[in-house]
Amino acid sequence: MERQWSRRRFMVYSLAATTLTVAAPIGCDSSTAEGAERADASARPGVLVTGDDEEMLVLEVTAANRVVVRLPRAEVGQGVTTAVAMMIAEELDARLADVDIPLSDARTRGNQFTGGSNSVGSLYGPARALAATARAKLVTAASRRWGLPARALWTKDTMVIAPDGRTATFGSLTEAAARITRPAVPTTPKPAARHKVIGKPTTRIDARDIITGKAQYAGDLNVAGAKPTVVARPPTIGGKIRAVDDRAARAMPGVRAVVRVAGGVAVVADTFHHAFKAKDALRITWAPGPLAALSDTAVRSRLRAAVPPLGAAPSGSTQVTGEFEFAFIGHSPMEVLTTVADVRADRAELWFSSQGPMFARDDIAAAVGLPASKVKVHVTRGGGSFGRRLNHDFALEAALVSKAARMPVKLMWSRSDDLRHGRMRPATHHRIRVSHKNGQVVAFTHALASANEGAVRDGARAQGGVTSALTRAGRGPSAGPVPSDSGLYNFGRLSGNWGSVELAAIPLGAWRSVDSGTTRTAEEIMVDETARSLGKDPVAFRRTTLRSKAVRAVLDKAASAGSWGRTMPAGHGQGIAVHEEYGSCVACLIEIDATDPKNPRVTRAVLAADVGIAVNPRGLEAQLMGATIDGISTVLQAGLHIDRGAIRESSFADFHYARQRHAPLRFEAHIMPSKGEPGGAGELGVPAAAGAVANAYARATGTKPRRFPLNF
Amino acid sequence: MPSYTFDLNGKPVTVEAPADMPLLWVLRDLLHVTGPKYGCGVGVCRACTSHLDGAEIQPCVVPVADCADRKVTTIEGLADGDTLHPVQQAWLDQDVAQCGFCQPGQIMAAAALLRQTSEPTDADIDRIENVCRCGTYCRIREAIKQAAAQTSAQTAAQTEG
Repeated sequence: MERQWSRRRFMVYSLAATTLTVAAPIGCDSSTAEGAERADASARPGVLVTGDDEEMLVLEVTAANRVVVRLPRAEVGQGVTTAVAMMIAEELDARLADVDIPLSDARTRGNQFTGGSNSVGSLYGPARALAATARAKLVTAASRRWGLPARALWTKDTMVIAPDGRTATFGSLTEAAARITRPAVPTTPKPAARHKVIGKPTTRIDARDIITGKAQYAGDLNVAGAKPTVVARPPTIGGKIRAVDDRAARAMPGVRAVVRVAGGVAVVADTFHHAFKAKDALRITWAPGPLAALSDTAVRSRLRAAVPPLGAAPSGSTQVTGEFEFAFIGHSPMEVLTTVADVRADRAELWFSSQGPMFARDDIAAAVGLPASKVKVHVTRGGGSFGRRLNHDFALEAALVSKAARMPVKLMWSRSDDLRHGRMRPATHHRIRVSHKNGQVVAFTHALASANEGAVRDGARAQGGVTSALTRAGRGPSAGPVPSDSGLYNFGRLSGNWGSVELAAIPLGAWRSVDSGTTRTAEEIMVDETARSLGKDPVAFRRTTLRSKAVRAVLDKAASAGSWGRTMPAGHGQGIAVHEEYGSCVACLIEIDATDPKNPRVTRAVLAADVGIAVNPRGLEAQLMGATIDGISTVLQAGLHIDRGAIRESSFADFHYARQRHAPLRFEAHIMPSKGEPGGAGELGVPAAAGAVANAYARATGTKPRRFPLNF
Repeated sequence: MPSYTFDLNGKPVTVEAPADMPLLWVLRDLLHVTGPKYGCGVGVCRACTSHLDGAEIQPCVVPVADCADRKVTTIEGLADGDTLHPVQQAWLDQDVAQCGFCQPGQIMAAAALLRQTSEPTDADIDRIENVCRCGTYCRIREAIKQAAAQTSAQTAAQTEG
């Protein structure tokens, strides 16, 4: 029997409670189907169910007139809490300021994974369905209280309003609404045409907390007794302790404990000042890590050698070829990795930012020898992530230190720990060949090799890894098609292959836009070079070869808004690139001043994006802005070197992520009107921005950019 | 252990701390004032940026001994009660923050710049070294210009009045 379940239909449960509490399963990939089945089989609208809220999105209206939805996602700056608050406020007719979106603790079941730019898309249906049901029940409760027909009432500003002017706050109705089983008004979400909140540029709901210093990250929490902790780490990646003399460190004032862990030697102290000083007083002899003989030159030549062959080109065709290299690059979120961990004999409690807290909880439980049910993980606000918090190696380490030291700890990685011990986007080498004949591209081949963690140290993924297979179901660093095979362009026969170089112990991780950050960037450069080879303009060439109308539309928008083709002074140039992924697409036009090729400045960025319904255009613009800065950084100046098994960089003094002086002086993002379901947007802009920066640099300097970052 | 008294956000505080203890850890670990953030500990990322006697400092590299009997202002002390500082208001209006971690430092750096230069040029703004890994720089620039315009409008109004 074919299941008649669509993403648009969401069963909403009412949970037995004294306040109005409704729940909807979160629709997302496989968990949608699972939730759907249960809902189909067991629930009718209005049936009260208890428990099982673990895998659902739950909305509660409190007596104090707050609307609370615990969100099973990470907030790391991408603005998902604001987007969800907007969805809820829209359907409830609540004031945005009355909606609270705290982050859920790690759950036992369901989908609590933040990645692949899927949060808004997966929450859009259930969040609105929930709020629409809650609204119907509140209206029904008010109609009974007032003895007025429910259809005569309306809702606004977290209140139900009667035609005679009487009002009742949702909080005052919540108890009565909890007992409503059959709402007297429809529970269906509004049509998009009636949206007043969704689609309106909205300031982050936590903006005021942030600008007044009230917003708390893991390191700001005042958990009773949690002692500042830092770890002395080896100079090389994966280096091991040979001998430790910790007498001087232990004798220092304020030192509470010194314990050995897999990654080094942890010092627990009364303040971070005392912890850092005692760390410096440790005398440690290190054994070099497994990559001690390896430097960048060797990594690059091994990657080049590992690129699978391209195969034969179609006979009689002309070839445009390019080889591209991308260096390792750290995630380096501003908030260094920080965990508060309190591990006792019979239970554990932890606080940290995580994109996959359920995996983290299970790994931590196994590592400290507790059942998962005895480990509580609180997900805190994260100070940036860019994929770094998909891995929970840092939290696992904190748990083990707390257990060994027998006290709660606040373990913080230093910036140098963060840069030197990972994680990083894998270095890659790409070989691309575009074959054309009679003015048409007839074949496009992209083979690449990527660095790979290989047999990872100490029980492998127990170090807190979440495989890229999880973040990118169906696509990973295995032999097979590359992203271009999804076919952005009518380029005839598409083929590709993937090789890898295993570098034991190298700490890698998914980095915003994952493989597309390198593969699609390289491809967009080749599209420009192919256009040149055919004597065509890069925009005109893309227009005639792009498959999708939506991509052509964003290309046209960026080209016209950015005055594509305008005359530029010598040493300046424009560049353009497009990208399509996560059900969304984007075009980016960049203007660069490369008069000094060693010190180029992107002066202007114009983006156009089609992400379906843009829940918060202001938040979307912010994501596109951040992606543009990522493109500038990764293409022009930011990367990590490996010198004899060690990362050379140790702070933002030598890891040259963009500063204000590298950011475009003019930035504009155009958001295409759309009635489509929301697609992903958090990672979308990176490949287009990176490609456009490289193409602009190429045109400004008359060079062919090949090795990134260009100034390294 | 030596003891140091200084003015913190308008109130006198006294702490017992080693002379070389960076102000950042005095604020965060002893006084639980957590607006200034650790981002590198070497004065480079500037996430901790605060003011000492009204001028910009990086508390991660300023020993507490240097602050004795002086005025320390952190992000928590920038607003006048519930009235935001013009720079904070501009940050709110432009919705600058993403993850927000660097923003207390960015705001304190911008406030210090405006105190020095009431109408900063693009080149002045470019000299701000504070790192924002989310890449909010374009909105930071707009917010600084907005705050500068508001501040000069207020000053003009006060002069006329």
